[in-house]
Amino acid sequence: MKKHGNRKGLINATASLISIALGLIFGFVLLMLFNMPHALTGFSNLMTTGFASSEKLAKVFYQSAPLLMTGLSVAFAFKTGLFNIGATGQYTMGAFLALVGVVQFRLPWWAGLLLGMVGGAILGSIPGLCKALFNVNEVITSIMFNWISLFVVNLSFNNMPLMLANAWGAINKDRTASLTGAKFMAYNPDATIPKAGLDQLFGSNYMNIAVIIAILIAGLVWVIMNRTTFGYELKACGYNRFASDYAGINAKRNIVLSMTIAGALAGIGGGLYYLSGTAQYTLVKSLLGMGFNGIPVALLASSNPIGTIFSALFVSYIQVGGDALQPEYSREIIDIIIAAIIYLSAFALLMRGWISKWFLRNQTENINAESIVTDSDEDATESEEKAE
Amino acid sequence: MTLNVIADILSGTILFAVPLLLVALGGMFSERSGIINIALEGIMVIGALFSCLFLRAMDASGFGAAHPQLAVLGAILTAALSGLLFSLLLAFASIRLKADQTIGGTALNMLAPAFAIVFTWAIQGQGQTTILIPTWVRITQANFGFAAGNGFIERFIFKSLFMTTPIAFLLLIASIVVLYKTRLGLRLRSCGEHPQAADSVGINVYKMRYLGVAISGFLGGIGGFAFTVAAGSGFQSSVAGYGFLALAVMIFGNWKPLNILGASLFFALFKIIGSYAGSIPFLPHFDGVKSSEYIYLMLPYIVTMIILILTSKKSRAPKAEGIPYDKGGR
Repeated sequence: MKKHGNRKGLINATASLISIALGLIFGFVLLMLFNMPHALTGFSNLMTTGFASSEKLAKVFYQSAPLLMTGLSVAFAFKTGLFNIGATGQYTMGAFLALVGVVQFRLPWWAGLLLGMVGGAILGSIPGLCKALFNVNEVITSIMFNWISLFVVNLSFNNMPLMLANAWGAINKDRTASLTGAKFMAYNPDATIPKAGLDQLFGSNYMNIAVIIAILIAGLVWVIMNRTTFGYELKACGYNRFASDYAGINAKRNIVLSMTIAGALAGIGGGLYYLSGTAQYTLVKSLLGMGFNGIPVALLASSNPIGTIFSALFVSYIQVGGDALQPEYSREIIDIIIAAIIYLSAFALLMRGWISKWFLRNQTENINAESIVTDSDEDATESEEKAE
Repeated sequence: MTLNVIADILSGTILFAVPLLLVALGGMFSERSGIINIALEGIMVIGALFSCLFLRAMDASGFGAAHPQLAVLGAILTAALSGLLFSLLLAFASIRLKADQTIGGTALNMLAPAFAIVFTWAIQGQGQTTILIPTWVRITQANFGFAAGNGFIERFIFKSLFMTTPIAFLLLIASIVVLYKTRLGLRLRSCGEHPQAADSVGINVYKMRYLGVAISGFLGGIGGFAFTVAAGSGFQSSVAGYGFLALAVMIFGNWKPLNILGASLFFALFKIIGSYAGSIPFLPHFDGVKSSEYIYLMLPYIVTMIILILTSKKSRAPKAEGIPYDKGGR
């Protein structure tokens, strides 16, 4: 059985890698179409910038921490058969409470993170409750609350004079206070996430322990999903809500819990990004992209928490590469490439079928017929679960 | 509150209800055939992109200024066809390849705005991210040979009248007729309820689902154009979440055309009230609160949420939506 599980993970990973390769080829074709003379340098910039210097690598890690958290959030909900499109709202709420914690209440950074987690969890619980109690589709509730939370956060920031940058000696009041300004450092020196010497190691101000925290949380999520009864119950609800109800699992409770935890994860993401000291929350009337980018991160990893670490690093890596595409290209080419990868990974079922056939042809003697049957059965249930 | 404000509010309500109506109707056709179309946002963006480029070309060639409404009709057709073609990407993935419909839709939602930005750059030059909409697009009294007046009726009709409004009305009627009065509509609906049963009586489920998604692309594309002319500031590679709102409107409208009309008018009204809150005396003004406009911006979303919760008992989604149809399945 162990071996069988490994093989399945391998097949998923291969399918994702093939999607990534095809998506990148598609991206290269796009670069050629839009600006032929720069295509080759553009593509090599895209592929190598992330590793070009320790500074750029620091930026990759810096952006991957919140991406990993929103990706985990989406992945966690997916495992329970729910689509958490509300990660961006939960992320915004997490950022809000984390900032309020360190600025208004002068709390240290870890308390800010915990507050952010609570903020995300509260916002995540709403779609869960609406689904469990009133059977309102969680996608719609999440979308509505994305906007509601954005407006609530902007409204609140505008009415909390201490929160805005102009209270701390800066001139702009369309963003929150810089946590590393001299005046603020004297007020609350513990507000930013510690750098633990990493900034010197990488020679970049962007580097702090956020990415390590995020990876540890990913490990924790993996343990919850795969090594606890609770995780088993959540996954059972994802496969078949009615069957698990029949088996004595409280499906409604699990839906609420799953969305709450998903929200908490995204909320931590908001805290990790905005307590870094290098980011300031800007008051705009459009939703934050970081939450939406969690969706491709989760999908690329087939919702596996450990896989999410790698996909978050990958997405962050090519985003840093995308910045280097300018000015010959607009950086949105990256989004097209990511979208193409996701679209291709939607064929995962088909691809997994091909790959497992290929595996079978290569090692027929090692696998007995029984395990093949279980495997295809599992694949079928999984596709049904996602479709729910 | 003067009569003029009422006229403005009503006319604005209709203006913003039109895109919601069209897109939600599109979503309805898709879901009634059994495919969850979360890609409506992306379809709108693509429709808006190509129709605005069409208008831009018409403006440059001088044809637009000479025959404005003919050019607008051309733009509407462009929007519809480009939306249709784009939606086929979703149809192919979710029908032919039986891929997860939400994932495919999410990919297309990511793809569309990014593509629009890159394409706008490529056409207009670096950093030129807005496609301006020519002024002749709006229908004015002059088009009918009237003198411009400022009475209640004039304001109500001509404050913001675009070709998309009458077209949307015709499409609504056509949708009702097709869905309820034709054999095609019956077949389409059956595929969203019980595809196996539909197949057993000789209906080609795959074909019907392709058709459902294609209609949603057609209507969604026009909806994208309607939104862009309503928003008024030109096309900036975004439709500001209207595709998702249309999904909510569709659910709120219980997957039925007339209810969807009501839902979109309702939502648009609450949206417009926010922008006119200052001139409506009986609404609270929140004088002590800074940036109180956010309170009214939230209003439509909160009200929709409350109504969704209250009407959830009666809500009935097509039974087979979201499940890829497999001929060999049970």
